[in-house]
Amino acid sequence: MSQPVLQTSKNQAEVASLPQEHYETLETYINSLKDKKGSLIHVLHKAQELFGYLPPEVQLFIARKLDIPGAKVFGVVSFYSYFTTKPVGKHKISVCMGTACFVRGAEKIVDAFKNELGVQNGETTPDGLFTLKDVRCIGACGLAPVVFLDDQVFGHVTVDGVKEILKKYRKGNENAY
Amino acid sequence: MINVTINGCHIQVPKETTILEAAEKCGAHIPTLCHMNLGELGIVNQSSSCRVCMVEVAGRPALVPSCSEKVTEGMVITTDSLRSITARRMSVELLLSNHPKECLTCAKNLECELQSLAQELGIREIKWEGERLDYPKDQSSYSLVKDPNKCVMCRRCETMCNDVQTCGILSAVNRGFGAFVGPAFNMDMADTSCTFCGQCVAVCPTAALTEVNNTHLVWRELNNKNRHVVVQVAPAIRVAIGEMFHMAPGEITTGKIAAALRRLGFDGVFDTDFAADLTIMEEASELVHRIQHQGTLPMLTSCCPAWVKFFEHQFPDMLDIPSTCKSPQVMFGAIAKTYYAEKKQINPHDITVVSIMPCLAKKAEAKRPEFTKEEDSNVDIVITTREFAQMMKEAGIDFANLEDQPFDSMMGESTGASVIFGTTGGVIEAAARTAYEWITGDTLENVEFKALRGLEGIREATITIGDMDLRIGIAHELGNARKLLEDIRDGKSSFHAIEIMACPGGCIGGGGQPYHHGNMEIIKKRQEAIYREDQGKAKRKSHENEEVLRLYEEYLGKPYGEKAHDLLHTHYIAREKI
Repeated sequence: MSQPVLQTSKNQAEVASLPQEHYETLETYINSLKDKKGSLIHVLHKAQELFGYLPPEVQLFIARKLDIPGAKVFGVVSFYSYFTTKPVGKHKISVCMGTACFVRGAEKIVDAFKNELGVQNGETTPDGLFTLKDVRCIGACGLAPVVFLDDQVFGHVTVDGVKEILKKYRKGNENAY
Repeated sequence: MINVTINGCHIQVPKETTILEAAEKCGAHIPTLCHMNLGELGIVNQSSSCRVCMVEVAGRPALVPSCSEKVTEGMVITTDSLRSITARRMSVELLLSNHPKECLTCAKNLECELQSLAQELGIREIKWEGERLDYPKDQSSYSLVKDPNKCVMCRRCETMCNDVQTCGILSAVNRGFGAFVGPAFNMDMADTSCTFCGQCVAVCPTAALTEVNNTHLVWRELNNKNRHVVVQVAPAIRVAIGEMFHMAPGEITTGKIAAALRRLGFDGVFDTDFAADLTIMEEASELVHRIQHQGTLPMLTSCCPAWVKFFEHQFPDMLDIPSTCKSPQVMFGAIAKTYYAEKKQINPHDITVVSIMPCLAKKAEAKRPEFTKEEDSNVDIVITTREFAQMMKEAGIDFANLEDQPFDSMMGESTGASVIFGTTGGVIEAAARTAYEWITGDTLENVEFKALRGLEGIREATITIGDMDLRIGIAHELGNARKLLEDIRDGKSSFHAIEIMACPGGCIGGGGQPYHHGNMEIIKKRQEAIYREDQGKAKRKSHENEEVLRLYEEYLGKPYGEKAHDLLHTHYIAREKI
């Protein structure tokens, strides 16, 4: 029966280099809360804002500071799609899968992004440039199918258009390769 | 009182009564699945998640879950309308639509509450074949197997793990179709702070949580001519195993157990009670030593391996408080492979020690590295009460009709003090019987310390021993244990000795016992039987056990002496809390 060891995550390299100052900021934030145990959601938002994502180490840090079980924190993180446990890329690609976009071929658009980037839905490219994620209706049905790239809206997107969009964002990021 | 009408029956029920409880008083049975009520033990699961207990309430457009909905004045309820029956059936059909239908080979076959519900509701076809979950089985631990694909999200295990045991290992993970109950970060159970108390297994309605089955290992040893296989059976089993052979709960089957074990082919048929008496010799000595030498007080019992693992994870700063005594199961193994081996002139390496325990934590305990000596474990294989019954069924043993037989001598004698180890309050009562006589030098006439008995979660009592008032605390269920430990940490505790058992009711309610299916009466009957067995014993004090006394005389020397320390005591490890 060995000392319990955290299951190692794929992103251990990144985890090891999580900035100490973020932990300190988070701790200050937690200490400022009146009702610690009831503030889990707020703390998770703050942590994701700081770290960009919520790896097990950050979740466990929160669990200990709030004196609640790690499983509870993980339960909440895994429940809300807003929270992510993997690092997010520099650019976030959100493909709308609402009804209007779906009937106008959003699935093909998602497939085109998957092919171009070599990642699955919810994943980040190895160069850390793009994260692909499908989203529910974003209310721009007139432009279906719609893609959001960070805060830029692309309407009437075609499979060929996907390459064009990516080209634009890869430009100026050559150093990333 | 509140007036309600249920299926045309008018009754008055107290405020806060649920529709389900009120209906029972009217003789109307409403099927349930997620619901569980062991209120007397502080255990209630009311998640209303399964939607099986739906009933119609006049004036309400939607059906309501009767297990959690409280009655209100003038409420008119129909439990047997076509609408509610259809809705119930659909809920179960939907649960079945993505449930693995491998009932014939499932570990819970004939013990599964989903299966009985399908039978009760007359479901004869699976209307919808839904998409299935495909999560890996967690078989990482020595104690339990977790199969999320069979989870029906009743949340009973979560209630046990979080509210009752306060371990917080299990939580609902993910959402919607992919939801299941599991540990933090999808870790292996073996890597979490799980105590392996097995109470999640005890209450799981399906086979999402079951024990690690070791029966094949026992069969293999029994059929190996080169092995000398000895077996020990824990006190709580004799008052429970009959339930698996259609005997009434609380029937005492000690003699039948010895007969069955001999029939199965064990070379030595022994009683953990012998080791329980031995434990008292050591533990009472340690307590007297701590009191007389200003040692750390209170002293906490250490027989329960789930409790041991609990304080190692949750209170790693307080490892000096528990007694250093190994548990009776491990003491037995240590003695079997030394004293017994020597007496019988058998090479200890040729001895296999099998334990039959009411417990899942005992499986993990046996594998602790501290309990191995020269690469031999004190205990080699642990099976539960349920697995033992399974072996007897496989062998075609007609348990209920077996003639009583005694245990073998050398490690088979027991006193009433050791029998009561099986229930909450029993270990400390046994210790008190011995400590009393040792401290005062007088004979204890009335051995029954009634103040220590009962089923309340936390109990306290003061026992006068000579000119000393011995203050005793008792807790069962780990949440209650936590309260006592926090008091100690805060300097608010004035106890000399505290007994803790992880399971509700103590070992009688252990995770390896026959499933109680939420029936409180069963646990009460087992407890009554334990005290009945104690009453029927000629000797009721551990220090009167002649085989134990002979063991000290011929082998160990003094209780709490050097050799006893080497063989019968242990140390604890600070572990991480996750």
